[in-house]
Amino acid sequence: MLDFISENRKPIITLALVTVVAYVFYFLDEIKTTSVLVFGWGYAVPLVLAAMVGIIGERTGVVNIGIEGQMLMSAFASFFGSVITGNIYLGMVIGISAGLVMGAFLAVAAVKWEMDQIIAGVVINIVAAGLTSFFYAPGKTLPQLMPVVSIPILSDIPLIGPVFFRNGLFALATLFIVLAVNYAIFKTRWGLRSRSVGEYPSAADAAGINVLRIRMVNVTLAGALAGCAGAFLALEAAGTFARGLTAGRGFLALAIMIFGAWNPMGALAAALFFGLSTAIASQLQADEVINIPQQFVNLLPFVMTLVVLAIAVGRVRPPAAAGQPYTKEG
Amino acid sequence: MTLTETKMSNKIGFFVRNQSIVVPIVAIFVAFFLGGILIFLQGVNPLVAYRAIFSEAWFDSDGLLRTFQKTTPLVLAGLAVTVGLRIGLFNIGAQGQLISAALASALAGIYITNLPPILHVLVALFCGVIVGALWAAIAGVLKAYRGVHEVISTIMLNSIAIGILDYLVSNPFKEPDQALQRTKKIAETAILPNIGFIPFGFILALIICLLVSVMLNRTTAGFRFNTVGKNKFAATYAGINMKLMIVTGMLLSGGLAGLGGAIETLGITYRFEPAFNAGLGFDGITIALLARANPLATIPAAILVGTLRAGGASLQFETGIEPEIVDVLLAITLLLVSAPILAKFLFKGKAQKSANVTSGWGN
Repeated sequence: MLDFISENRKPIITLALVTVVAYVFYFLDEIKTTSVLVFGWGYAVPLVLAAMVGIIGERTGVVNIGIEGQMLMSAFASFFGSVITGNIYLGMVIGISAGLVMGAFLAVAAVKWEMDQIIAGVVINIVAAGLTSFFYAPGKTLPQLMPVVSIPILSDIPLIGPVFFRNGLFALATLFIVLAVNYAIFKTRWGLRSRSVGEYPSAADAAGINVLRIRMVNVTLAGALAGCAGAFLALEAAGTFARGLTAGRGFLALAIMIFGAWNPMGALAAALFFGLSTAIASQLQADEVINIPQQFVNLLPFVMTLVVLAIAVGRVRPPAAAGQPYTKEG
Repeated sequence: MTLTETKMSNKIGFFVRNQSIVVPIVAIFVAFFLGGILIFLQGVNPLVAYRAIFSEAWFDSDGLLRTFQKTTPLVLAGLAVTVGLRIGLFNIGAQGQLISAALASALAGIYITNLPPILHVLVALFCGVIVGALWAAIAGVLKAYRGVHEVISTIMLNSIAIGILDYLVSNPFKEPDQALQRTKKIAETAILPNIGFIPFGFILALIICLLVSVMLNRTTAGFRFNTVGKNKFAATYAGINMKLMIVTGMLLSGGLAGLGGAIETLGITYRFEPAFNAGLGFDGITIALLARANPLATIPAAILVGTLRAGGASLQFETGIEPEIVDVLLAITLLLVSAPILAKFLFKGKAQKSANVTSGWGN
């Protein structure tokens, strides 16, 4: 526990500060503060999940620009899977499986075929957009709504309870997933091996680690998280599917990954920052405190991404071997 | 070895040497075959569907004009991505550069008056090129001085451009008394004419293609571009200013995309309306990869994509197949030309390795 706190000092201080500020506002205006936080966390969930996909890939040395397409395919599969089977839980499984397939595709293209990883990712995005818009059938509705689950005790905490612990299944799982990925990357044998492969693959190879296999496995499994993010968007957030549903979130997630310094806790803090800024801007706009055209409010996350990247990129260091295919010598 | 065997291996050798042409062509056929299966599953004879696309697009003088009109901005969008790839920049923001330029040249065509015809067209084209180039240069500067990867920054700039343009055409520059969000029609003096079924802009696009090809293959500037694209460490060691090259590359790439948008406004749509140019920039990526980043090869690649886009509408009209089938056809083609699957299947060990052209986060 102490280890965890000292290792994640910056994200935890940020989160604590945000919490304090949130509670101050909570005493001023209970309803508005809760709704801003609910909006903010809902905005952050797919970004956090997608950022985990990026982090797992790059920590192992594979850049994933195709998160957007992986999410879009999964959102499509989960929605129409639910519609066809008439069961939202089967839809969830189908969505996550679609994510795995998309992950496996990137893994094969980037690791086995040694394709240019950025091009492979962009190709995934274009293919996903093409397939989902051709097979899209309008006018379908989900057979049932995503059930809202309250975690006992935790969900009774004022403010934090309803925001984080009374939610659909994916939003609830997200906090757990972030902690699990964080633990797995920094505290397990798998994590140490993955990171060594992402930093210095030939040394890892010399130490007996199968570089190509660990890259294949990690990129494929990360696809399942892209599947969760896509399924969250279709089944939980929007409750429907539309062409281009993901709307650039896969790219925002990459910015969040960089802003969070390839660290799951950092990415969580960064995504919350994005979500809360957007939520606050919308609230101020709704209250007519600020009066800027709606189009510009909608642009906020994209402009923030550019600014954040311009500030962050020089200060954080990506895994050394991210983006480079590995060919065994001799 | 007998004479016939030698001849045979010569023939195979010919295909192996020219696999950068063979692979895209085979890819297109495979894509049409797979797309045909999808069309068949929807209860339509694929041959009828494909005939609907091509007869409308090629064998009808109105259709032919429409095909060339669709092709023109695609040639320039493909060229924009190509120029970027040659210098190791993956400009996936051609879309944003193209649409901001389309609006800029529309505004120049509407609000600048009292200019003689040819000069007015030139001024409007120039406005588009400048706006496209500057929009791309933001990504160039961010990359050169802050290390922000161009793939992320250009996709963000796409979304930002869409939002700003949406605001501009729904408020200050909206055509009065009109439900649609679009600008007024440009002045007669700013219109790029058609010559029969060939739009003047198409000829302009072909000339630009030639110029870019000569620039990349025959000039010092092109040599610098290729050196940077092939090996940036060697380029730095040879004294090439990398920061300057990145910004110049983005300016040039954005300017080409901008010219595409400007020509589309002045020669085809005569006004700016957001729905007109949706997806052109992304087709540019497909075209550039299909053409293997060869400027002259973007012409046939753009004609193919333009044909499909022009014929897609009549496909829906005649057979009820959604025009999005074109996206599927292009996606499969793109997959097959960019992934080495097809090359390995066709040429086994003699397959050329797909090049690594893009850069990582830190550089």
